[in-house]
Amino acid sequence: MRLRFTLLFACLLSATAGGGEIPLSERRSGYELMSRETQKIQDDDATNPGMLWVLDGEALWSTKAGAANRSCADCHGDARQSMKGVAARYPAFSAARGKLLNLEQRIDACRVERQKAPRLAYESKELLALTAYVARQSRGMQIAPKIDAKMKSFLEAGRETFHRRQGQLNLSCSQCHDDNWGRKLAGSVIPQAHPTGYPIYRLEWQNLGSLERRLRNCVFGIRAQVPEFGADEFVDLELYLMWRARGMKLEAPAVRP
Amino acid sequence: MARAVVTVSPQAKRGEIVEIKTLAQHTMETGFRRTQTGELIPRDIIRSFRSTYNGTEVYRVELHPAIAANPLIAFTTVATESGTLQFQWAGDNGYTVTEIAPIKVE
Amino acid sequence: MTTRRQFLVLTAAAALPATATAQIDPNMIANRKAAFQAALKRVVGDAKVTHGRVKLTLPPLIDNGNSVPLSVVVESPMTDADHVKAIHVLTEKNPLPDVVSVELGPRAGRATFATRVRLADTQTVTAIAQTSDGAFWSDTAEVVVTLSACLEDGLI
Repeated sequence: MRLRFTLLFACLLSATAGGGEIPLSERRSGYELMSRETQKIQDDDATNPGMLWVLDGEALWSTKAGAANRSCADCHGDARQSMKGVAARYPAFSAARGKLLNLEQRIDACRVERQKAPRLAYESKELLALTAYVARQSRGMQIAPKIDAKMKSFLEAGRETFHRRQGQLNLSCSQCHDDNWGRKLAGSVIPQAHPTGYPIYRLEWQNLGSLERRLRNCVFGIRAQVPEFGADEFVDLELYLMWRARGMKLEAPAVRP
Repeated sequence: MARAVVTVSPQAKRGEIVEIKTLAQHTMETGFRRTQTGELIPRDIIRSFRSTYNGTEVYRVELHPAIAANPLIAFTTVATESGTLQFQWAGDNGYTVTEIAPIKVE
Repeated sequence: MTTRRQFLVLTAAAALPATATAQIDPNMIANRKAAFQAALKRVVGDAKVTHGRVKLTLPPLIDNGNSVPLSVVVESPMTDADHVKAIHVLTEKNPLPDVVSVELGPRAGRATFATRVRLADTQTVTAIAQTSDGAFWSDTAEVVVTLSACLEDGLI
């Protein structure tokens, strides 16, 4: 794998650390790069394994939890109304914390502060189920993170991370996903890396997983130091990726190879 | 927690062939994988799936480790009479799940 | 990690993630082929298998070997007198030859089955249907399975 990587990217190693951004009209969701058969798995709720987590999330939504003995529904009512559009605009700024939060962190914050329940571990079944259920309510909506003055610094930090060479392979995200999308890396087609469907049921994982799990895979793949779940660097990058995908439709929960 | 989900039309005409799609949440651990330290992860799969229609078995599947995780089983049955479709999954380590779906046949 | 990758490239062996690093069987291909033949014998005995009436559908080039959509449809009136009573799917390169067996009858309406399977390598998949008169029918499909890039090797 390491050998293959080096051979494939020998030319890139001497090139710049990623060039221009993809023109807005040329943006493609990872959905379009999948085989028709895999697309069909996603299209049909009866065959999309992600729906198993959405149903779990729906049950958790109405389950009282924690010392406060509250369910999500007690504050937020029917998720079909209250959560509409939420996943499409996350990560978002939390004034109370003075920092950017992704959707998983926002759900966990409610869990700890409002329900007075123990934290939900990253990639735990419960957190994935709630995230999948909330994200499902934005399916079909346009990705639209709100970028105002105070968000600009996070966006720039995310953009910088995306364009920075890192790891033993000295690659930036941009080199693959801006400059070489559509080409093959080993047996896989390189997508443009838009987070249009998270949390996704990834066939490689045989499981549902978050955007951060996917980012950790990527960083591991280029042999760089893998940040922990919830690291500021990741949340900034998530914001940049959502901004880069602005206007594209959310497909959650999507299926990806 | 949703351990399985069944999709079937709640009503049909007599004699009509109805499509049934089922999804079960299960890792289907093959028994061939090893941990990072080399230990074999034991097999843990769904072994069988059975569908009955008002108590009569109409479809049965024997699963092996080659069936993908979170298995989909899609098949058809003839809408003979109103009643209940029952679906049962059974597997290793005492795994057992039952789902039912009512069906109204005109 | 490097050792395992080189081995996989050299022998075009199983593409399942985290395959055993220890005790790779040097006769693996021959043994799996033999297991397939044994499984075939177990299903049909000494009976003749005719290619036809069965349609096995698999994508020719798959996105990921962990989950490959598979469907089988058998031409049959599905009456009490003439129906399909069993469908079997077998592989020749997976660690085990049996994939799935279905028992059905006239109540099914249509002799059909769909699922998602794991395929360890580029190979031919075989579907066998047994009809109520005791005859065996079959179909095969070729699938190309590639190893994914950017595997995470146990990192979550």
